[in-house]
Amino acid sequence: MNRITITIDGKAVETTEGSTILEAALAAGIYIPHLCHSPGLKPYGACRMCIVEIEGMRGMPSSCTTAATDGMVIRNDVEQVNKVRKMTCEMLIADHPLTCLTCQANQDCELQTLSSYLGIQESRLRRMTRDPKPEKDESNPFYTRDLDKCILCGNCTRACHELRGVGAIEISGRGYRSRVAAFGDAPVLESNCVSCGECVDRCPVAALTAKKETVPPSAFTITTCIYCGVGCGLSLGTRSNKIVQVLGDKESIVNRGSLCVKGRFGLDFVSSEDRLTTPLIRRNGQLEEADWDEALGFVAEKLKAIKEEHGSDALAGLSSAKCTNEENYLFQKFFRAGLGTNNVDHCARLCHASTVAGLARAFGSGAMTNSIDELEYADCILIIGSNTTEAHPVLALKIKAAVRSHGATLVVADPRRIEMTQFASLHIRQRSGSDVALINAMLNVIIEEKLLNEEFINSRTEDFDKVRECVADNTPEWAEPITGVAAEDIRTAARAYATAQRSSIVYSMGITQHTTGTDNVLALANLAMLTGNVGKESTGVNPLRGQNNVQGACDLGALPNVYPGYQKVDDAEIHDKFEAAWEATLSDQPGLTVTEIINAAAEGDVKGLYVMGENPMLSDPNLNHVKEALESIDFLCVQDIFLTETARLADVVLPAVSFAEKDGTYTNTERRVQRVRKAIDPPGQARADWKILCALAGRMEYPMAYEHPSEIMDEIADVTPIYGGISYPRIGKVGLQWPCPDKDHPGTVFLHEGEFKRGKGKFHPTPFRAADEEPDSDFPLLLTTGRYLYHWHTRTMTSRTEGLEQICPPVPVEIHPEDAAREGITEGATVEVSSRRGTIHANAVVTERSPLGTVFMAFHFHEGAANTLTNDAIDPIAKIPEYKVCAVKIKAAADRPAEIGAI
Amino acid sequence: MSPLLLFSPDAAPFFSRTIKGMLYYSAAIRRLCDHGGTFVKEQLNEIFERCDGAPSDLIPILQDIQDVLGYLPREAMTETARFLNMAETSVYGVATFYTQFQLSRPGRHRIKVCHGTACHVRGASEITKAVAAKLGIGPGETTDDFEFTVEAVACFGSCALAPVMVVNDKVYGNVTPERVVEILEDLN
Ligand code: SF4
Ligand code: SF4
Ligand code: SF4
Ligand code: FES
Ligand code: FES
Repeated sequence: MNRITITIDGKAVETTEGSTILEAALAAGIYIPHLCHSPGLKPYGACRMCIVEIEGMRGMPSSCTTAATDGMVIRNDVEQVNKVRKMTCEMLIADHPLTCLTCQANQDCELQTLSSYLGIQESRLRRMTRDPKPEKDESNPFYTRDLDKCILCGNCTRACHELRGVGAIEISGRGYRSRVAAFGDAPVLESNCVSCGECVDRCPVAALTAKKETVPPSAFTITTCIYCGVGCGLSLGTRSNKIVQVLGDKESIVNRGSLCVKGRFGLDFVSSEDRLTTPLIRRNGQLEEADWDEALGFVAEKLKAIKEEHGSDALAGLSSAKCTNEENYLFQKFFRAGLGTNNVDHCARLCHASTVAGLARAFGSGAMTNSIDELEYADCILIIGSNTTEAHPVLALKIKAAVRSHGATLVVADPRRIEMTQFASLHIRQRSGSDVALINAMLNVIIEEKLLNEEFINSRTEDFDKVRECVADNTPEWAEPITGVAAEDIRTAARAYATAQRSSIVYSMGITQHTTGTDNVLALANLAMLTGNVGKESTGVNPLRGQNNVQGACDLGALPNVYPGYQKVDDAEIHDKFEAAWEATLSDQPGLTVTEIINAAAEGDVKGLYVMGENPMLSDPNLNHVKEALESIDFLCVQDIFLTETARLADVVLPAVSFAEKDGTYTNTERRVQRVRKAIDPPGQARADWKILCALAGRMEYPMAYEHPSEIMDEIADVTPIYGGISYPRIGKVGLQWPCPDKDHPGTVFLHEGEFKRGKGKFHPTPFRAADEEPDSDFPLLLTTGRYLYHWHTRTMTSRTEGLEQICPPVPVEIHPEDAAREGITEGATVEVSSRRGTIHANAVVTERSPLGTVFMAFHFHEGAANTLTNDAIDPIAKIPEYKVCAVKIKAAADRPAEIGAI
Repeated sequence: MSPLLLFSPDAAPFFSRTIKGMLYYSAAIRRLCDHGGTFVKEQLNEIFERCDGAPSDLIPILQDIQDVLGYLPREAMTETARFLNMAETSVYGVATFYTQFQLSRPGRHRIKVCHGTACHVRGASEITKAVAAKLGIGPGETTDDFEFTVEAVACFGSCALAPVMVVNDKVYGNVTPERVVEILEDLN
């Protein structure tokens, strides 16, 4: 980009070619009045406040729509310009309520700034009131719309259409009756608004205000969102030890200020009354308050006793994808070095174990190959098994932008008609569990039609012939009856993917949570290698990780078979390295996975279980089985911020702190290590997880002592090559993407450039296998599970935000109209859903979002826990359970259990 | 590379919905299917088939819908948004911007009472009152049985005949409250 210089009121301002005069001025700290300008939105030129005089040009053009050119001489703060601005402003103010003193936007209002800048004292125009005075729209639980204060700048509507791709509101009517309206002037809650709050953030006045943000914060802390793997930068406004405002961090590369409803409005859990504030010990069957000394002593004693009596492998630990990198590192170090077992795992087993297994086999690294930002510039994007807008909302914005601003072709392969299909050129509705057949058929088409990249295959990969042979018969016609997708659509999808310049694959749990999970991932890797779409910008195989720090928990070795940085526990050299580094004797046997731990507990082989920040009582498949296992175990210790379903069964509960109360780092789905910063003090005696672990280790004769998480990170860097160059000062504002092997390495935006991590990319043949449990005459419907935008996992956090509960009350089950009609189920009716493993109640939502023969449930709700129904059959390699397919039947229920609210 | 296929008109609308929104949506589609006793969806499809789905088709489509149905039902706007792959609010924004578009279902008979200066001076408000007394509705309203819609309009350009009332495009001049009753009764 060329640098150019312009002059504003005699001051030289440097800027890049292509920016507008207004942008240049604001960047240089010069105020040009403006109301309808908002960063990232297309110039609008409606308010006429930003007018300036430009030498050599006639009239007063608006600086927000005029590009700066080299040598331009601009007059901004001069009398003749301000006079015109003043008149325009007075007209705006004529019908604006002058209630600044009691206005929520007081001191944070562009109109105030403007009128004080222009020296407006008393409107010379006659005061007008709008007739009829617009009523406030209070329908949305998170924000209020008061159109009486609206100045029609269009920032909100443009943000909603341009940035979010939602389009819930638009300026409607004309002239004096112009107004911001949802469709049909309905209350905004009835519209398709997703409550992201982008419009609230961008309203220059108090026409849109967040309900909870009634007082201005006294401090801001830049940190990282706790919910999903996108890892949006947050700016937490705090006051009197409370979060009073949440904004997106405008400087974050990940989200550039945008957030979704959970990040912006869903943090009420931090100051919830239900937070654990003291340790609890079970006495006579009851959990009773205790102090730290007693609780830690008790835990240490129990762990020691079990270790001595039954050996180290009778202990197991579930680490947490919600905790920081440092905490995950300490947790596995404590288990491996302190207790002597590799029985450490966490919920990644339940979401992306097949990714880690599959991509590591094919490429040598189990992480997202490319970065979030690159998606915007892909020419073709294949989304398969990812409900992107609900599970990774801010990342979905990049895909929407790719389609709408850059004309990318989007192919969505998902049984459900998810929102992303609205942006797609092609929607493929494969039957749940038939992904391998679909992908193999695409491979077949690409090979048959010679759309493959031979040069890439020859120079960078091996074993292609095995795949060629494997898919030779997998024609689209073969796949059609298996997948339920027309052969022609499979061809179209294959051609689109193979012929585009840069094609990206985006996938998530729809791919991984199958008994064929690893095969699904391998098949996608085959697809990428076949067409050379890996190892360059805007391509790749991109698993979207669910939890905010599931990537980090895996990276830092909260897995039974690897130390931090995916270094194998059964590799003698590595084993010796860690024995030396940790000064302890380590086991060289890979430990048990989550599902195996639960089974071992049920069988009595695992006697003591330590759970940090996880809730297997809702998240694991076949819940009745989990419950039996946890009830039968000798000793269960749970460290969490709430008394979760799992904590209720514990012998000891240790109160931990939330992300807002501690320092640390998270690693988001694109391998970016980002800071979490302490914004407020924890409630009661709650302690950061890393401090609890250190204290406990001290009592177990394995001292771990650190003053600050940054010291832990330094230790991580020493023993973990991919984190080798990472340190707190370097992470700074925008984070650092691993692999980052040394202190001078800038981090890695995309993997496998020039060479795969494992040397050559390896093709793996993936013959099609059917799902473990298919619908039959007893259980005729297929149940697939997933998430809603408004909730997070087991709802431990989101159920503490009233508005989220209001928008998405428990427990919906989505069913196709024809299936509903056959079973005599009407909309909103309470139904019983049963599988071979259990029965739950839910409210029927009759919708074509669900394909015929398939019902959908989210796993968030303990009131009707979908995982009571799911099958715990596992993928043989990755040991991930088949959450996405099981057979159920559904029938109208006699009555509605009280905990399931009516909808 | 350009998009491959036209957006399938069968697919869901442009947007995601909350559960509540989904309920509303399917209810709306059902209402649409038997709106006014006719199967509107087919009529809409006929209109859609005539165009190629470019955003510039929006206004012609809305005009056609209004020609066929007499107004723009909400559900028809939703379907149009679906067809053109745009946000339904964008359709709504355009529909409310142009005064030619009618957003509520009009009565079978449209009664327009002039309130221009000349008519005002010569007793237009008495006329409106007489209409209200007879039909029970004021300007901008429609009777529950969708027989009559009353509107107040500005000058028809027939000031010499003031006060003026127009019923279904037929102009009545020099009307009196008594005449109003007769005219309205004749309509039935
Ligand atoms: S909250 Fe988000 S989706 Fe809703 S109107 Fe505002 S910008 Fe649009
Ligand atoms: S509501 Fe706010 S952002 Fe939207 S048009 Fe009005 S003043 Fe502008
Ligand atoms: S998209 Fe994910 S990281 Fe971003 S605000 Fe939402 S939940 Fe948080
Ligand atoms: S900011 Fe330029 S016209 Fe509004
Ligand atoms: S004023 Fe009524 S016709 Fe002109």
